[in-house]
Amino acid sequence: MEEFAALLQALVYTTGRNRKLTLIARYLRETPDPDRGWAMAALTGELDFPAVKANTIRNLMKERVDPVLWSLSRDFVGDTAETASLLWPDNPAVDKNPPSLTEVVETLVNLTRNSAPLELPKLLDRLEENERFALIKFATGGMRIGVSARLAKTAFAQAFDVSVEEVEEYWHALEAPYPELFAWGAEGADPPDVSNRPMFRPFMLAHPLEEVEVELSEYAAEWKWDGIRIQLVRVSGETRLYSRSGDDISATFPELLDVLPMDAVLDGELMVRGSVQGGETGGAASFNALQQRLGRKTVSKKMLAELPAFVRLYDVLLLEGGDLREHSWKERRRKLEGLMSRLPTSHFDLSKLVEARDFAHLAEIRAGTRDDAIEGLMLKRRNSAYIAGRKVGLWYKWKRDPLLIDCVLMYAQRGSGKRSSFYSDYTFGCWDGDPDQGAELLPVGKAYSGFTDAELKKLDKLVRQTTLNRFGPVREVERTLVFEVAFDSVHSSKRHKSGLAMRFPRIHCIRWDKPVHEADRIEALRSLIRD
Amino acid sequence: MSAPFSWIRPEPWGIHITPADCWVDPGRAVDRALVTHGHADHARGGHGQTIATPETLAIMELRYKTRDGATPVQYGETITLPGGVKATYFSAGHVLGSAQVLLEHAGERVVITGDYKRRNDPTCAPLEVIPCDVFITEATFGLPVFIHPPIEDEMAKLLQTLADHPDQCVQVGAYALGKAQRVIAELRAAGHARPIYLHGAMEKMCRLYEKHGIELGELRMVADAEKDDMRGAIVISPPSALNDRWSRRLPEPITAMASGWMRVRQRARQRGVELPLIISDHADWNELTATIEEVNPQETWITHGREEALLRWCELRQRKARALALVGREDEDE
Repeated sequence: MEEFAALLQALVYTTGRNRKLTLIARYLRETPDPDRGWAMAALTGELDFPAVKANTIRNLMKERVDPVLWSLSRDFVGDTAETASLLWPDNPAVDKNPPSLTEVVETLVNLTRNSAPLELPKLLDRLEENERFALIKFATGGMRIGVSARLAKTAFAQAFDVSVEEVEEYWHALEAPYPELFAWGAEGADPPDVSNRPMFRPFMLAHPLEEVEVELSEYAAEWKWDGIRIQLVRVSGETRLYSRSGDDISATFPELLDVLPMDAVLDGELMVRGSVQGGETGGAASFNALQQRLGRKTVSKKMLAELPAFVRLYDVLLLEGGDLREHSWKERRRKLEGLMSRLPTSHFDLSKLVEARDFAHLAEIRAGTRDDAIEGLMLKRRNSAYIAGRKVGLWYKWKRDPLLIDCVLMYAQRGSGKRSSFYSDYTFGCWDGDPDQGAELLPVGKAYSGFTDAELKKLDKLVRQTTLNRFGPVREVERTLVFEVAFDSVHSSKRHKSGLAMRFPRIHCIRWDKPVHEADRIEALRSLIRD
Repeated sequence: MSAPFSWIRPEPWGIHITPADCWVDPGRAVDRALVTHGHADHARGGHGQTIATPETLAIMELRYKTRDGATPVQYGETITLPGGVKATYFSAGHVLGSAQVLLEHAGERVVITGDYKRRNDPTCAPLEVIPCDVFITEATFGLPVFIHPPIEDEMAKLLQTLADHPDQCVQVGAYALGKAQRVIAELRAAGHARPIYLHGAMEKMCRLYEKHGIELGELRMVADAEKDDMRGAIVISPPSALNDRWSRRLPEPITAMASGWMRVRQRARQRGVELPLIISDHADWNELTATIEEVNPQETWITHGREEALLRWCELRQRKARALALVGREDEDE
């Protein structure tokens, strides 16, 4: 525990990627099994102790600290684990003797909702502030210390001088604390045998196309559909569905688990059926409809009937025992097209290629797209193998230009993580009529990004100086500032008073100069709905 | 007989003493000002008359290049303002020359703390607890998460980092008035005798402290130094020079910052600080609450900072309290 806490502490205050890698690699080399395996699981966000959630910690604290003082502190610090570790009352009756990570895991896995509030305090009493921080982070997940799963795996590769691609390849087939992985990396044992497991293969990803033009003879174009990127894997008859980050989301979409008639690994976009959008046979609904199905552990029959999911296929990685990833896109595409007749049309279709005479023509096609299920275009190098990660020059995404609207800042809230204690989450509104005739502002969305650090400071100051009201952590501000807000699409929504929900809203430009009565009206936004 | 304490009126830009028509720490130029200490958000220039300690007046003269209207008051000295209001200055333990002001009128006693702390500080006199009816306190660190550790621990951390990286330097961001000199004096007290290098913005204030009898040891200017001279040395700069173009002249600087905000990890990360030093010239939560208990006033007024939490604390202890929203004093201690 001390070593892990010291590692986290050092990582928090280290900015450079290389120095973070060095710190993690050194920890992995110097720490014994299985502690280092548990640490890897924590850094990659793979740990889950169902009895310990952020709420468990909040409740523990509210028994020990006045709830109002707790909330004010949490709001300022911007991180529950850190606030709790700072406010935990020192218990002088208990000697400080931090347990090992393995002991911690043994305690945490056996906790229930009833026993957690009794057992966690015993652990916390044994720890110093930075160890408490580490323990709570470890137990509740979500480190937020500027280390991605990818960085942790890269550090593993660096620590033991193996390739990160191999680490990625085995990773998803293994479970914490990864004894086979350490045996292979650190002790030189044979690589873990993963051939019979339906495991996730890291995705090939795209760079944004920025002021680059490509030759269409070298690149194929296809639509970038607005669903979620998934990988459907069937090995030895067993099927799994993985999200873009490699999470197993099979339980969320059970209708896709028995429809693949052969062993294969397929890359595609998961969407739900809809009559309005799609432009392809069957048609897809907008992302808004799909969203109702995301994040569920169980799915009702009604949901399955009303919003059935299907996969629009982009690529084939493995087919009936053969690994196609070394083959060119052109070759894989030919295989995929050949495969379509063997797949049920109820659950699969093919993402069609977009034919254009030249790049200018393609730009014209992109600009003319009015389909809400399309996010933009993908450009894929015809002769490229399927390479995990984001390698320059192979795949590009060329998103549609965002929609823009002028809104007025209405409320602000402090951010979390990097932006904690700054007012960085903004709710903005549009007029419900003519502002000169007494119209009011209705909130239409919330944005957290799109401004620089310098602008954030200025915005934070403005919020503090023009506060009208405080509702807990939320400040209502005077209506003085116009944001030009960029967003990908807008949908009708019952959840919001304005009846609208924007997708990916972000601050495009802060219009310090623009008077608020010149901001847009709700009707302008409503006219952009394409549900 | 008017309502209690009605002769003292908090306004957004300062506290107005009505019968005397003068202001305490006003945020704009006024005819007559009582100034508690030399930090820019309390000591603006351009007042007709400025009543402050000799040290504060010297600091203001350094900044505003004028002594016009300067009226010095010693600690413990009482002056009579127009309208018969009496004002007495007592040390506040914040920075050199910092004072609390006790105001007496109509049989009522009001203490305005300005900024203060209760920790030992070799560069200024400690806070004196003054009994009063209304205690007007700051609350910069008015949240229970803010507990400043002993400064010796922070000095040990700094010196250990320096010893671990003999080929680099540690650049400590510290406010030019008060924090910088306190850090230097504490380093000397911890036995660090080597030359300490200064950013140009620090020089005059350090010299002023030395003139007032605070020994800071050998100080050198970064501008006059070779990069290699500064290996293994401590460099003190304003926080704004951290991770800035200016720091490129330093030998692989390790970025440190001396501030009470460093208690919060994300605050340190936001500034790219690698070595956070939790050192503050403001009272931490325990000092704020202990001081209110010790002074035990009828009413506590809270001027600036995290006033909500201190209000709540007062409420829980059935202490009468109110928050005054003063403009322009949000994030001190940087």
